[in-house]
Amino acid sequence: MKRVVITGMGIYSTIGKNVEEVNNSLYNGISGIGIDPKRIEDGFRSPLTGIIERPNLKDLLPRRLRIGIPEQGEYAYVATMEALEMAQIDEDFRLKNEIGILYGNDSSAVPVINAIDIVREKKDTMLVGSGSIFQSMNSTITMNLSVILKLRGINFTISGACASSSHAIGMAMILIQQGLQDIVICGGGQEVNAESMGSFDGLSAFSMRIDEPTKASRPFDRDRDGLVPSGGGATVIVESYESAIKRGAPILAELTGYGFSSNGDHISVPNVEGPTRSLENALKYANTRPDEIDYINAHATSTPVGDLNEAQALFNVFGSRPPVNATKSMTGHEMWMGGASEIIYSILMMQNSYIAPTLNFENPDEYSAKLNLSGKRIEKKIDTFLSNSFGFGGTNSTLILKKYNKK
Amino acid sequence: MTREEIIEKVNGFLIDEFEIEEARISPDANFKDDLELESLDFVDIVVIIERDFGFKVKSEELIHIRQLSDLYNYIEEQVKNKN
Repeated sequence: MKRVVITGMGIYSTIGKNVEEVNNSLYNGISGIGIDPKRIEDGFRSPLTGIIERPNLKDLLPRRLRIGIPEQGEYAYVATMEALEMAQIDEDFRLKNEIGILYGNDSSAVPVINAIDIVREKKDTMLVGSGSIFQSMNSTITMNLSVILKLRGINFTISGACASSSHAIGMAMILIQQGLQDIVICGGGQEVNAESMGSFDGLSAFSMRIDEPTKASRPFDRDRDGLVPSGGGATVIVESYESAIKRGAPILAELTGYGFSSNGDHISVPNVEGPTRSLENALKYANTRPDEIDYINAHATSTPVGDLNEAQALFNVFGSRPPVNATKSMTGHEMWMGGASEIIYSILMMQNSYIAPTLNFENPDEYSAKLNLSGKRIEKKIDTFLSNSFGFGGTNSTLILKKYNKK
Repeated sequence: MTREEIIEKVNGFLIDEFEIEEARISPDANFKDDLELESLDFVDIVVIIERDFGFKVKSEELIHIRQLSDLYNYIEEQVKNKN
C-alpha cells in the first residue's frame, strides 16, 4: 500500500485565524470561549460558545462563487487556501492534476431557516434567491470548494456527526493507499450560530458555567458540567508520499492509522466498548504498539459521561503512561470540524515539541485520575500521536500520525 | 416612479449587488454576453425587483428579457400597471 502524508494545513478557528496564531494560542493556553448575547435573547439554557469573527470573502471571490457559501463554508475556504499555499498547490497545478475533496460537515441551519421564513412570509419560492440551495445542503462545503478550486477528483461530504472530519481524513487515506487518488483536500467546517445550536442546547448538554466562560470547558475535570459548542474551518492536504516527494512539497506528518467503529448502542450516550475498538483498530491499521504512542489528543468534550467513558477506553488500551490532553478545553467542541482541527493542533505540537495544557483540569475524577493529564503545558518530543473523534449515533474515528521519517 | 428613476435603481443594483463595472452598463448591453449574467442570476434579479419595486415577477415573464433596455421596459410597464 502507498504511504500517505500531510503536506499542508490551514485553520480558521476561535483560537486563531491561521496556523501561526493557533500555535501561539495552544502554546499559551488561550481560550476561545465567550458569551453570545443572541442565545440569551433566544432563551437558551447556555449562551456559552466559541467566539469567531466571520471572514470577508468579498475581495477574494466573485459574486457567483460567493453567494452559495454559508458561514462554515467561509471558514473552510480561508482554511483551505492557507493549506493549499503551505502545500505549494497553485491553480496551475490544480488544473493539470486530479485533486479530490472529502470534507466533514453535518449541518447548515441558517440558510435553511432563512429560506423557509421567506417562503412562509412571501408565498413565492423564487424570492429565496439563487444561493440558498447551495448554502443549505450538507455537502455545501465540498460543492462550493470543488467549483472554486476547479477540482476534478473525488468530491463529496462526510456527515458523521462530531467524527465527520476525522472520518474524511481516514477515507482519504484509504483512497490514496489504494492508488485511487494522489491528493485529497480534507477537513471539516462547523457553523457557529444560535440557530444551529438551539436543539442541542435543549438536551442540557452544554456547560452552565456562564459567569466564567473560559473555565466552562474543562474536560476530564471532576467539576465539568457539559460541553461548549464552537466551530470554524480546518483543512489538511492528504497526499501520497510519492506525489509529495515528486513535487518537493513539505511533509508535515505521515498518516499511518485509521480506526473506526460504531457503538451499536444509544443515540447520544457514548459507551466504553465502541471507542476501545476504534483505538485498537487504529493501532492495528498503523501496525503500532500502544507504547509507541507519545501523545493522545482525546475527544473529551467536557460532558460528564463522555469523558468518563473515554478515560476508561484510553486506560484499557494504553494504561497510565502516554500524555493525554483535550484541546477542546481551549476551543470548545468544534463538532464537524473537530476531527480535522485536532489533527492540526496535534501536528503543531509535534512540530514544536510540546503538549498544550488541558485548561481547567484541576481535580481528576475516579477515571481521569488514572490518565497522564496536565492542566499545564508540557515540553515534550512527540514522534507519534493519536487523535480520537466520537459522535452521535455512536460513530467513532481514531487517526494515528507520525513524524515524517524518510525510511 | 419615472423611467429615469427605474434606470437608476436597476443600474445601481447591478453595480452594487452584482458587482458589474459601471462602464459595461448600457441600454443595449446583453445580459448573457455583455454583463455575463446567467439563469441563476435572474433568480436574484427577481428577488431584488420584489424588494425595490414591490411586485412579484413570474419566471415566464423573463424569457423575453435579453438586454438591459428590455428589463427597464418590463419594470416600467409593471410599475404603471400596479398604479
